[in-house]
Amino acid sequence: MSELIILLPVFIPLIGAVVLLSGSRSLAFQKVGAVVFSGLTFLGAAYLLVLVDCAGHVVLQLGDWSAPYGISMVADRFSAVMVAISSLMTLLVALYAISEIDAARLRRFFFPVYLILIFGVNGAFLSGDLFNLYVWFEVMLIASFVLLSMGGERSELEGGLKYVCLNLFSSMLFLAGVGIIYGKTGTLNMADVAQSLAGSPDVSWAVSGSMLLFVGFSLKAGMFPFFFWLPASYHTPPPAVSAIFAALLTKVGVYALYRTYTLLFQPIFPEFQSILLVLAVLTMVIGVLGAASHFDITKILSFHIISQIGYIVLGLAIMTPLALAAGIFYLLHNIIAKTCLFLVGGLIIRLQGTGDLARIGGLSKSKPWLALLFFFPAFSLAGIPPLSGFWAKLGVVKAGLDVGSWVAVTAALLVGVMTLYSMTKIWAEAFWKAQPEGQPAAAKENMGSLAYMVIPIAVMAALTVAIGLFGEPLFEFSQRAADQLMNPQEYISAVLLDGGEDLP
Amino acid sequence: MNNFILAQAARILFPCLLVLSVIVLYRGHNLPGGGFIGGLLAATAFILVGIGHDMAHARRVLRVDPVVIMAWGLGLAVISGVPALLQGAPFFTGLWLPTFSLPLLGDIHLGTPLIFDVGVFLTVIGFTLHTTFSLAELGHIEEGGDV
Repeated sequence: MSELIILLPVFIPLIGAVVLLSGSRSLAFQKVGAVVFSGLTFLGAAYLLVLVDCAGHVVLQLGDWSAPYGISMVADRFSAVMVAISSLMTLLVALYAISEIDAARLRRFFFPVYLILIFGVNGAFLSGDLFNLYVWFEVMLIASFVLLSMGGERSELEGGLKYVCLNLFSSMLFLAGVGIIYGKTGTLNMADVAQSLAGSPDVSWAVSGSMLLFVGFSLKAGMFPFFFWLPASYHTPPPAVSAIFAALLTKVGVYALYRTYTLLFQPIFPEFQSILLVLAVLTMVIGVLGAASHFDITKILSFHIISQIGYIVLGLAIMTPLALAAGIFYLLHNIIAKTCLFLVGGLIIRLQGTGDLARIGGLSKSKPWLALLFFFPAFSLAGIPPLSGFWAKLGVVKAGLDVGSWVAVTAALLVGVMTLYSMTKIWAEAFWKAQPEGQPAAAKENMGSLAYMVIPIAVMAALTVAIGLFGEPLFEFSQRAADQLMNPQEYISAVLLDGGEDLP
Repeated sequence: MNNFILAQAARILFPCLLVLSVIVLYRGHNLPGGGFIGGLLAATAFILVGIGHDMAHARRVLRVDPVVIMAWGLGLAVISGVPALLQGAPFFTGLWLPTFSLPLLGDIHLGTPLIFDVGVFLTVIGFTLHTTFSLAELGHIEEGGDV
């Protein structure tokens, strides 16, 4: 029965949402409940990760309907590690949100919706079925719409509207692609689709379906040329919400790209390789240029999400075992560093009342510990050794050199320098520069409420240092995960022959 | 707003709609119907009362906060998967009680998929009514009335 573990990271948040919705409305109950349930989710996800790393695949056929007909939930190493990291981020951001989210939002059921969001995200990672992947995407999107527009302010609604329209459009494309694939193969189970694609003599029809899926996913992932909704909406909600969005939502799009292109579309991948390469490079470059041109912390960070997505997709585009391993490693590093940066940005905004770099300064004097906490994720993102970002970038660049794609490698290195520029800009303006005249000094904050905001940041900063210094096990794990992605046959037989390997 | 004719009609329609919604819910497993449609029908009953009198009255008729109904529904849907676990079958495996007959009603099938459908039923009622009540109260605020 150990395959039931796969349900834990999905259903614990749902049960949490039910408890928070039906239980007491008191703020303390909501806060404690959110932390407890996201903590339990993380424990479940960690257990699943350990189990999957031993067994290879964990497969559950919901309702006992066998594989191509029923609903399969599948965890391989890649999806299990994604579930684990996103559950960890959920826990840490929930801790931060306790003191950041105002009482009005909490009364409007902020935390139940937050838990529903992670319910959708974890479900998407573990879905073994294309249509269910669509459903999980919708669960996640509906929850994110609510989180985004909960405050009801004009700017939030404006950002939310752009987000809703673009994401609904991407879902529509995704659904159309799923429809084409279903019409041609008669199945929605990913393993079954992969098998019938691999076995069919003419796969040219799959190009249209996979292209629709590609556009749908890359809209959600924020890739060039579909990224414009992201910086337009991510700066409007409270920083805790931006942080969890940055941690999870675009990454689910990237995950879906990795999953579909390694599993389903491997037979037609050569036709896509050049498109993916070009788009990945453009995503990196345009994202980092956008960041360089902005002067507001949250906007700079939002553009950096895009440029980092470029690196991760570059790993997929090169499609060697090393490249995929580097891509997965990059994804994990990026989720931690990016979430941490958004939280630091939120803390700066809270202390100074604005995220506009021209109007803040002097933080290195008034809050030296904050400068330290900013330093680690920022320079990790830029790829300075020995932080985690260095190894991630090194892996991607090495993989690029191995296949001789010089343009991509040059772009990756230059974008790294530009990232450093943006981070130095925030550093110089927010921390080093003296407090601008006429601006109120950093507000005196109650250290008790700040502690809950600082602890998650410190944990993430410590994680990025730890991955940098002792990254070997994680990189080896990424290699094992990449090997699984390179050999879709294992996945297919684990799902279709049911049950996967014998579990310990 | 107090519409006399509609209010009187709602008094008769309200129980009819609720009974109908339960019938639709129950027949939904093999015939058109089910938790979603049943839930919408049940919500309509309350909305009709709300339009006939006012939404605050409908809220009183409902007695329970719609959000709580939604939560119960979600919870029930999750719980419906649990009996399968106790039998050692995968989560959400449909388990049925032996069919039995009742006078007037004929053969009765009861099983875990019905519990799931009841969960959907409650979730839809809760969601629809929560949305409707919120929108109605929003209208009140803009008219300058008391909430």
